[in-house]
Amino acid sequence: MTAHIKAGDVAVGDVLPPKSFPLTRLSLVRYAGASGDFNVIHWNERTARSVGLPDVIAHGMLTMAEAVRVVTDWAGDPGAVVEYGVRFTRPVVVPDDDQGATVEVTGTVAEVLDEGLVRVDLTATSAGEKVLGQARAVVRLA
Amino acid sequence: MPLDPSFVGRTYEPTEPYLVTREKIREFADAVGDENPAYRSVDAARDLGHADVVAPPTFAIVVTSRASAQVMFDPALGLDYSRVVHGEQSFAYARPIVAGDRLVVVGSVENIRSAAGNDLLSLRQDVTTVDGEPVCTARSTVVSRGTSAEG
Repeated sequence: MTAHIKAGDVAVGDVLPPKSFPLTRLSLVRYAGASGDFNVIHWNERTARSVGLPDVIAHGMLTMAEAVRVVTDWAGDPGAVVEYGVRFTRPVVVPDDDQGATVEVTGTVAEVLDEGLVRVDLTATSAGEKVLGQARAVVRLA
Repeated sequence: MPLDPSFVGRTYEPTEPYLVTREKIREFADAVGDENPAYRSVDAARDLGHADVVAPPTFAIVVTSRASAQVMFDPALGLDYSRVVHGEQSFAYARPIVAGDRLVVVGSVENIRSAAGNDLLSLRQDVTTVDGEPVCTARSTVVSRGTSAEG
């Protein structure tokens, strides 16, 4: 595995290039098919509302997949991610319109560990609210 | 309906082997809108030191969900899937998943508890190759909204 970034060139507090991810109903349908998660709350607003949600919500796993791209695009090698965990603190509500929702992700180097490992802490927000908590990835740099 | 607490500590039989294909990795990467060439081009993946096309960090969910389904869709557990939202998820990789891997998953139930009227189900999945090589350990907590007896 060959990350493009060297651990020696990284310091705690370094900010990774942020990213912004649009999510529409089409995104959710595609993710449902690719992942095999057909939970009805991710495509049917009648069911979503019947269980107390404001509208259809994105798969948490789709938000999780988008957020780590801040790390993989920076490191260069997606296989360099050795740990990745999140809490889903708020749902990403995706209305049935042309805009959908947007997830904004930032990442900061939080810890430089041994053996070229670096911990990156991520923040993800949608409509101004944090949607992930304790989002952390450990990546092996060159 | 609250969840059956006797499920805590259960470990399930390994899932049927899952063959990771280049096309499935590409489909998953397309679905998350990630254009990284290492998900599509064998040459790009090999330039990074991988044996074949590499899977995105959350791709393991495609495989581990088969083990979590063993638990969640067991009628005896008492889970209403339309009330389920994802609470937490983590992956710890021994090595990345690459195309050609034949993976099996052993799922287990780590905890069931109630909080704020919700039932929380904590699951673990250990992913290995069919030859027993460790690949990934996944942990998840799913939240059954408003179903706790204490709610």
